[in-house]
Amino acid sequence: MSIELKDVSKRFGPVAAVDRVSFQVGDGELVALLGPSGGGKTTVLRMIAGLEEPTEGDILVRGQRVNDVPVQRRNIGFVFQGYALFKTMSVADNIAFGLKIKKWPSAEREARVEELLRLFGLEGLGRRFPHQLSGGQRQRVAIARALAPRPSVLLLDEPFGAVDAKIRQELRDWLVRMHDELSVTTVFVTHDQEEAMEVASRIVIFSRGRLEQVGAPRVVYEEPANEFVARFIGVLNVLELRVEGGVARLNELTFPAHGVAEGQGLRIGFRPYAVQVSRNPREHRYRATLRHVYFLGVLMRLELATPSGLVVRSRITKDEFTRLGLAEGDEVSFHVREYRVLARDGDGLGPEVSAVHHAGTLGEGI
Amino acid sequence: MNGGKPSGKPGGRPRSRRVLPGFGLTLGVTLGYLGVLVLIPLGALFLKASGMGWAEFLKAAGSPRAMASYRVTFGSALLAASVNAVMGTLMAWVLVRYRFPGRRVLDALVDFPFALPTAVGGLTLANLFAAKGWLGRWLEPMGWKVAYAPAGIVVALVFIGLPFVVRSLQPVLEDIDHEVEEAAATLGAGRLRTFGQVILPTLLPSILTGFSLALARAIGEYGSVIFIAPKESEIASQLIWYRLEEYDYAGAMAIAVVMLVASFALLAGVNLAERWASRFQR
Repeated sequence: MSIELKDVSKRFGPVAAVDRVSFQVGDGELVALLGPSGGGKTTVLRMIAGLEEPTEGDILVRGQRVNDVPVQRRNIGFVFQGYALFKTMSVADNIAFGLKIKKWPSAEREARVEELLRLFGLEGLGRRFPHQLSGGQRQRVAIARALAPRPSVLLLDEPFGAVDAKIRQELRDWLVRMHDELSVTTVFVTHDQEEAMEVASRIVIFSRGRLEQVGAPRVVYEEPANEFVARFIGVLNVLELRVEGGVARLNELTFPAHGVAEGQGLRIGFRPYAVQVSRNPREHRYRATLRHVYFLGVLMRLELATPSGLVVRSRITKDEFTRLGLAEGDEVSFHVREYRVLARDGDGLGPEVSAVHHAGTLGEGI
Repeated sequence: MNGGKPSGKPGGRPRSRRVLPGFGLTLGVTLGYLGVLVLIPLGALFLKASGMGWAEFLKAAGSPRAMASYRVTFGSALLAASVNAVMGTLMAWVLVRYRFPGRRVLDALVDFPFALPTAVGGLTLANLFAAKGWLGRWLEPMGWKVAYAPAGIVVALVFIGLPFVVRSLQPVLEDIDHEVEEAAATLGAGRLRTFGQVILPTLLPSILTGFSLALARAIGEYGSVIFIAPKESEIASQLIWYRLEEYDYAGAMAIAVVMLVASFALLAGVNLAERWASRFQR
């Protein structure tokens, strides 16, 4: 096990930024720490690095407790959000900085710098100063500098936050390839669920300092451990229902009551792709008007309004959209193929959810 | 004009359009202003000095007394500017990096030598370091004579040059990204190495800027020095004043020209060093 956290907490005064978090990262894994901002994920990363001291709990790197090991001797590579390159040093000197401290002989040092420049597509840029590089190049120099002394763990804080969308996609692909080649244990922080799903082999999800779920991207998407994860990963339609006459009901929409007592509340969620739409207003169970169509590339997002005014979001492929011959303003019918019970009354979950949809709180595209 | 490019207006000559207008006007005003304030007086100085023959010039500018005054002037100015470079860096560091009660008062105190008439500064220092002064009575028994000694000149020049390095350094220090220091730490660097190899090189251009300002100020200083300087070592400005009192205008001019050329060369040297230190920004 490369990294292990055991009941780690970090309190700033009375506020627990990280609250009794435990998880493990295996050798050579690529793991994302995901959560909304202020969720405590960056604090966790900084505690692993030794830049922040945990208030409670143990942090182990390669089986050794490192709580009392200063940052200088933890042998970790850290990539900062703003890169934090040494601007008075050339690219080569930046990469060599850690090697000089570790007293590598100069021949080996130069060979290592050359190797990294080549590996990171920075040939010929060794003598440049950081301000003469593009954002993507700076990012790669920062990673090369962190990897140069062969750290046992590579930590990255929001590595793709500061570059534009196209470069971001390239850097993601590049990070995955880099990780495949070097197979160094890597942990990165992101608030972008899409990024975490795409890059990481496992995702650790935080919210308000607490760990919500750890799992492979597919697992957290398909089997979310709780409502927070279900709503944070991907897009979700959420309905607040009340049990009347044996079925859970919200206006014209009804779901089985799952043994919930009469008069109790029930909250269910369903993914937009689980909403099946037909142009024939009688084919499916519910009728609706196609209020808006959003073009997302290969997918289309449909906004359906039921006669009572409920809004349901659906997602279908462009091909299917064309085949169905849909257009804005059409009268359609739909039904929900799959859904998930998020909460029942008395489960202690917050009552803040209103009856209308809560889809798409985060990025689009999944 | 056949086949030429169409000009802007009929009958008018083509005009270049700049985003920022008024280049010609502002440059003209700048040159005229600098001419009246700097170039014409300097030109007059050289003109006056060029009236002397070479032998006469060398005799006036190269006399043992004049040579001694150059040594005192430039020696104390360099020493004072160096002291200010080190202490100013320290003060700027304390004022920017730490939060403590009285920080704002301390920050305001730094400007004090600018606001005080230099003669008042010189008098105060002379009194303080005199044999019976608050500081002199402790220092002189230990053999450290400051007032009416060469060290007094340095103290006066340190005093008047105090704000330069502090003020040139503060904005740069405020700009230093905390993450850069953390990055050095994750790569294994201790505090001393982080300061010496990461922070100091970033500050060096501004330290040199402050150093050259303090140096220029110290070379030109007169008011505070005359109250604390000993009789036997005088600065060049004092010597020029004595020459003028003796109606030896040519002699005064000769020394002034040497001062001018030497100061120019010295400042040019510091500027070169500053360019080298800031090579990473180009």
